[in-house]
This record gives sequence, C-alpha cells and structure tokens, in this order.
Amino acid sequence: MCSTAKKKGNCIEYTDSGLPKTAIRFEVNGDNFEKKVDPTMTLLQLLNNELKLFGTKEGCGEGECGACSIIMNGKAVNSCLVLAAEADGASILTVEGLGQGNKLSILQQEFIKYDALQCGFCTPGMLMSARSLLDRDKDPNDDEIKEAIEGNFCRCTGYIPIIDAIRSAAKREREELK
Amino acid sequence: MSEKKLNHIGKGYDRKEAQEKVTGQAVYVHDMEVPGMLYAKVLISPYAHAEIVSIDCSEAKRLKGVKAVVTGKEACQRVGLYMVDKNIMAGEKVRYQGEIVSAVVAETEAIAEEAVTLIKVEYKPLPIIDSLDEALKGKNLVHEKLHTYEHMKGVFFPQKDSNIASWNRTKKGDIKKGFEEADFIFEEEYTLPAVAHVPMETHVAIAQADPYSDKVKVWSSAQSPFAVRQLLAKSLGIAKGDVNVIVPYVGGGFGGKAGVHLEPLVSVLSRAVHGRPVKLKMTREEEFNTLPTRAEMRARFKTGMTKEGKITAMEVYHDWDSGAYADYGVNVGKTAVYSGAGPYAVPNIELHSRTIYTNKVFSTAYRGFGHLETHWAVERHMDMMAQKLKIDPYDLRMKNLLRPGDTTISGELVYPTTGDPVACLDAVSKELGWKGRKSEEERKQEMRTGKVRGKGFAMLHKAPAMPSYTSTAAIMQMDEDGHVKVMLGAVDFGQGANTIMAQVAAEELRLPIKDVEVVWNVETDKHPYDWNTVASKHAFMGGNAVRKAAGSMIQQMKEVAGQVLRCHPDELTHGDGYIYHIHQTHRRLSYVDLSMGYAYENGNGIGGPLIAHGIYMASGLTNPDPETGQGRPGLVWTFGAHGVDLEVDVETGEVNILRVVSAFDIGKVINKKLVDGQVFGGIVQGVGSALIEGYKFDEDRKLLNPYFGDNRIPSSKDIPDEVKAIYIEEPKTAQVDGPYGARGIGEHPMISMPSAIGNALYEALGINFHKLPFTPENVALAIDKHLRNDV
Repeated sequence: MCSTAKKKGNCIEYTDSGLPKTAIRFEVNGDNFEKKVDPTMTLLQLLNNELKLFGTKEGCGEGECGACSIIMNGKAVNSCLVLAAEADGASILTVEGLGQGNKLSILQQEFIKYDALQCGFCTPGMLMSARSLLDRDKDPNDDEIKEAIEGNFCRCTGYIPIIDAIRSAAKREREELK
Repeated sequence: MSEKKLNHIGKGYDRKEAQEKVTGQAVYVHDMEVPGMLYAKVLISPYAHAEIVSIDCSEAKRLKGVKAVVTGKEACQRVGLYMVDKNIMAGEKVRYQGEIVSAVVAETEAIAEEAVTLIKVEYKPLPIIDSLDEALKGKNLVHEKLHTYEHMKGVFFPQKDSNIASWNRTKKGDIKKGFEEADFIFEEEYTLPAVAHVPMETHVAIAQADPYSDKVKVWSSAQSPFAVRQLLAKSLGIAKGDVNVIVPYVGGGFGGKAGVHLEPLVSVLSRAVHGRPVKLKMTREEEFNTLPTRAEMRARFKTGMTKEGKITAMEVYHDWDSGAYADYGVNVGKTAVYSGAGPYAVPNIELHSRTIYTNKVFSTAYRGFGHLETHWAVERHMDMMAQKLKIDPYDLRMKNLLRPGDTTISGELVYPTTGDPVACLDAVSKELGWKGRKSEEERKQEMRTGKVRGKGFAMLHKAPAMPSYTSTAAIMQMDEDGHVKVMLGAVDFGQGANTIMAQVAAEELRLPIKDVEVVWNVETDKHPYDWNTVASKHAFMGGNAVRKAAGSMIQQMKEVAGQVLRCHPDELTHGDGYIYHIHQTHRRLSYVDLSMGYAYENGNGIGGPLIAHGIYMASGLTNPDPETGQGRPGLVWTFGAHGVDLEVDVETGEVNILRVVSAFDIGKVINKKLVDGQVFGGIVQGVGSALIEGYKFDEDRKLLNPYFGDNRIPSSKDIPDEVKAIYIEEPKTAQVDGPYGARGIGEHPMISMPSAIGNALYEALGINFHKLPFTPENVALAIDKHLRNDV
C-alpha cells in the first residue's frame, strides 16, 4: 500500500497522521529486515507488531521496569525507549535468539535449574540484561550481577534465584571456554 | 502420616513450563492478536468525586478509524463480587480520580488514544470524602444507595446512610471483666498506606461478543476464570454457559487479578462494534490510577495484660480505607474477624473491622489479604507491650501463642494438627541468635558510630478467606501410551501450582513425572470448575482433588484388570506402569493395555478410555455468627515467624537488611525449589511494603505517584543480603487432611515482614514506628526527632 509520492524513484509511504515513514534496515537474531516505519514507532512496537516477535514484553513503556530489554549493537537497552528509526543499521538480539539452534543456551538452562522465573513476564528482559553482563564480564561478583539487573523489575522471585542462576551460568560459560 | 516412601513429593523438579518462559514462546494476553481485532482506550476521571453533567462524544466519533465510543449510559450494568457496588463504567457520578468514564474502540491503539482526548466531559465537583475520619462522620456519602446494594447477606453488613460498606464484629468472652483483670492497659494506633500489586503484565482483556447470540468469549490476564465467568454472566444478564473465559499465561497476579476487572467493559465494547474482538490493555499509569490497590488501613488496639505478660482482653478497631468501591474489599475486612489479633490466645475480645468508602482508588485482595495489614499492627503492638512490661518480646509471645486446646478469636478450636506457631518462633529465634534486647546505653553508644544494628521478629498466621462451601475439581485422562493429562480450573500464574499438581498425580499413579502434564490455557468451556485461584488454597484443595482423581483412575484400571487377571480388584496394586497382583506379581497388565479399554486376543473389548475426576469441597466451615464472628472460617492455617537483622545509617535513614530468617509450619514441602520461590518472592514483596511502597495523594485525592519513578517496587539492590528459610515438616503437627500433610505457603511469606522490620528498627534505634513505609526520609526524620528529644 504505497501512497504515493515518487521521489528519486523511491516510494515514500506516509503514516495515518501524515508523517513520512522512515526506511530502515536492521538485523534481528541473525535475520535481515527492511521496513518502512512510522517515525514515532518504538523499537518494542516494531518487534511486537511488525515482526510479531512477542517474546519482548512491555511492562511500563517508560523505561523503568526493563521488561522490554533487548541487546542492540552489543548493549542492553530498553526497547520501549528506542525509536524504531534509530535501529537503522543495528544488530539486535532478543530472547528468541538466545538459544543455539534448538538447544537452550547455558543462561537459559540455569534460569530453569534455579527457578529464576515464576510468572515469566520479566524473564525475557532479565535474560537479555544478564546476557549483556556476561558478554562484557565473564566473572561478575554478586554486586555486579545486582547492578546489571537493577533496571529489570521482577515482582515474583525476590531476585535471589535470578542472581544464583546468573552466577552459575557465568561459571559454566567460563568452564566451557577452557 | 504414612510411612510409605514418596517418589515425587519432596523432589525439587524444574517447573513444567519453564522452557517456554525462557525462550519467549509463552503467550500472554498482552501478546495476543485475534483476527479482526480492534483496540480500546479509556478516558478516566480527573476528579475524585464529581457529578457527570454531560459527555460529548461527537468529535471523537468523527475521527477516522473510530468504531465506537461508549459511556456509562450504555455501560450501566452492575458488577461486583461480594458487594455489588460498581457499574461497569461511572454512571451519574465519579467516585475516584482514575475511574473510567468513557471508552473508545478504534482500528489502532493510537487512534483510540487520540479519540479519547476529543471526548468532552462536564463535571460538577462534589465534596470529597478524603479520609477515614471524614468518611466516618457520614456527612457526605460515597454511595447514597448503599443499603440497596446486593451482597452476601449475613456475611457482610453494609450500614445504611453511612460510608461503611461492611461492619464485621468479633465478640468473645467479656472484655469488661478482662480489662478489670489486667494489671496494665496499652493503647496504640498503627497505619499503613495503600500499595499496588504491580504484576509485570498489566491488566488486559480481549472480548468477542457474538452479535447474533448471547455468547461472549473472553481472553483475560486473570487469576480466576470461573469467577470471571460467573460475574460477567451476572453483570450482562446472560447464562454462564454463554461465557467462555480463556486464561493463557498470566504475568503475575498477587490478588490483583482475582475477581472481575476489565472483562465486562471489554465485552460491552465488543457488543458496540457488532461483535468484533476488542482488546483493552492498561498502561502502567492506568494500572496505578484505575485498577484496585491494597487498602490503606488504620488499626487501633487496646490490650489488657497481667504483669506477667498474659493477655486478658483486647478491644480492636481495624478501619480499612477501601476507596470508592469495596466489592472485594469487604472480604479483606472480614479476615480480621478471625485473625485480626494475631496467632494468640485472647480470652476476651471485641474486634470491629470496618470496610469504609472514601473517594480514592478502590481496593481489592492483595497477597495474604487483610493479614499483612493486621499483623503489621498486632506484631508491633506486641513488641511495644513487651518494652513497657520489660519482658523479652520472645517470652511475651511464648506466653500467649495459640496452642492445642486453645480457641482462636473466632472460637475455632486449635488441634495439634492445626500447626505449631511455637516451633516457628523457636526456630527463628535460634537461627537469628536472639539474646534479648540491647540496653539503652549500648544503643546510644552505637548511635555515635553512625551505623546501628538491630534484630527483631514477628509472628504470622493465615487461613484462606473464602466462602464456607468453596470447592474445586480435577479431571484426568490417560493417553494411549500411558501418559496422563490433568485439567484443573485453577490457574498457575507463576506460583508453580501446575508442577505441584503433576507431582501429586505422578506420586499417586506411580508414573514418571515426565509422563504427567497439567493442561495450560484454562478455559471455562473445557476445564472443570474452580472457585477462585486465591488464598494459598491451590496446593491444598487442588492437590486433594488430584489425589482423588488418581485414586479413581487406579480403581477403574483395577476393575478391568481384575476381570482379565481373574481376581478381585482388591487383590491388585499398581506401580511402574502396571496393575499387578499383590502376591503373584507376574499376573499383571500395563497401563498402556488398559488406557483405552482392554482388548482380548479374540477381539473382545472391555472397559474404555480412562477418564477420572476428583473433587474437593472445603470441609466443616461455617459462616461467622453475624453478631459475634464466632464460627469456623479457617480451612487450613499456616503459622510462621520472621526474624530480621538490619543496619540503619543514622545520617541518611537508609535501612539495609542484612539477614532475614523465616520459619513456616508448612507440614510438607512438595517441591522445595518452588516453595523457596514463594518464600523469597514474598519476603521481598514484604520488604517493598515495609521500606518503599505507598500511594501518595494530593488534597484533592489525586494520585501523585502513578509511575514507577515515584512508586517503584524493590529492585535487585533492595533485597536482603541473606535469606534463610526454615520449613517445619513435623508429622505430628502436619495437616492431616492436606496432600501428604501440606499447607498453603503462597501468601504467608509476605505477612509480618513490615512488623519484623519495624521491631528490628526499634532494637536498632530505640524508636517505635507506627506508620509505613520506612523510607530513608521517614526514618531520618524520626531519628532527628528522637535525637532532639534526647538532648
């Protein structure tokens, strides 16, 4: 549905409110996408509504709770605070991309082992913050783990099993590197 | 308890659904899209109390993409659980800031949001009933027609021409005599603010109302699909069978998703757009402003004590600020009638629990409802009385704790198998290393260092607050390969109940745990009935129902196998996937051969598909006597105690919890990993109530902090440095009628965390706090005041 001005051979699409859409290219979990997006659309909305990747959750839409955490260009961010247009050229990792093929990653396995989840709604965001931590620090202490997930609210677990799971995942990942 | 070896009970299995949750596959209503779906947004009242003079929707209706605009005129149906006091949408007046006055259905959420801003409402402000005291004056009323509201008669007591939604009473013994026998009389008042449940998934529902019939299909983030079905059907005036409520994964509930919430509204909205499905998802701000809270509460205790420290009498007023509505709130207030004086033997008591309307966001059930609130007060009160009597707080409690042969304040006899609060306190006191209070001199010396340490503890107890005839059911079916599927109408919204139910079924059927699945996505059209998933009753009631279903399935197999093996079914036993003769164990038939009926070699078939059901009905409960509150409301009590060791920064008022030690007489741990989850999570929620959380209103009773920014929950940095959980599994005090002796544990860990912390703060600072929360600001101000008075 291209409506409908031609400009240098490119078709410019407009949003319902008359704003020109922004053309972006980006990668999510190893797949490449090209999309024309509403300039007011958030990256979270792009993932949920356009790509139908619903693993990333909205807990507040205000960047306070971390449920929508994803890894963008190697850094954990709240996807509700990032505009989709800002994802142009970005490489994005979401919870759907955490496993290796059909095998759970060590981090996911440890979350299960330590029961680091209950209702599960914060879990995808929590996993992404934890992944980001372990990507930059192979051997975090408990204070560093707490710091890394401070922006991810969990109302169910009291965080204790989550911290245990991340600590154990770090250890297993280090052992695997040996 | 049986000496039989248990194969699955007590094993720390992984939760059954964990893999779906760590891979992003778990689908919540938040994530759902139904073909043809439209989106709704609501307009909320900016006034706490105002007449709605007019609503002009014309401009909103003209906006492109808008499909319908609905106001309280169209959505005028009544709705409510225990007290039918709400309309689906505000009618003639609004009763709290945040109340829904209008809703828009549009093609996209953005269009609906824009359209909402085009609705013009003219309000005429009314006098605001802003506090309990103002409400009790009764000069202005939140509900003028309270006396006409439908409610559960004889259980709740609305007071005509007042703001009292229900006045429940306990009267036991003779308080006049009891106070005469006392050597000392202590009077104290304690308060705590309203707080939010904060499920990470906000309230959300999708409804599809068939325009050609009464049928309504609802997908909801709800704890209690059958309660939603019942209340929605009643509200819309349709048959229960016309309503199908589907509950997929739920992103947290904590009581805030019990009862009925957005479902009637969304159903009406779907009807307004000729049956297209409509989704309404609350924003976090709306969740704070519009959805119910835990009530603000004020407790006033007057207690008579002998000089030895025995309670002789109590006179108690628990006043609940339920806000604008009390459809569930009255049942929160009712809990005080049987547990509002703590787990103590009180020979003479008069207790009044009043659920009161004001013009604030309304209240509902919240984890351990009624109990965190009353135990905040009673456990601080016990500590303060111990101070004044110069008795160790451990000793004072020991002198008064309930023991077998005592009766509770509602006259319920305590049996040895009711549980053991004494063992809980002993375990906590020992683990905490409680050696008695500091001297005033020690405390002063420590104050000079800038950091002070303090230990404190508190008791807790709770039984479910539910109708006396609450029931649940389980259905079980065996597949052709001998695997078993179990269906229950109660919902696992993260507490791990489905894993527990699978363990119970595997234990009874003697199957591997991997061969048993509990069916998710509870759907009222297919799953068997359950009253409500609340009150820490699922493991107890659901567990009993599953045991009975398994027993029935085994009996069915034995009856068919008895014919084939040519013996009486009583001579058969089961295990390892076989029904076999108790002595000649080679005479056996496999579950697989029996699963769909047995086929003889010549082709004859007997038996049939193995389907069993089990029920559990709350046993022996009565409604409390209307005048005295005497009766038997408690199906299963869980006793516990918390101990806290903390440090306070004298300068900043910051409280750092170093250690929490908690003991629960849980009877039997079915899965330690899951029980630990409930305990750790509950403790940290209790820490939130104690240190951080609370609604703040301005003088017009507008909520000042409907954001995480100023109304947050504990983060990973707010948790205690160490938590030690102790589970008492003593066969002599275990719950004989519970599954394997088990009791509920879901809510209890949250109760009495604030009082244990408050008591430790006294030990640290020598300051008695009467109000929550202990924010650094509140603590620093109290220290400042204390030091000034000291000089």
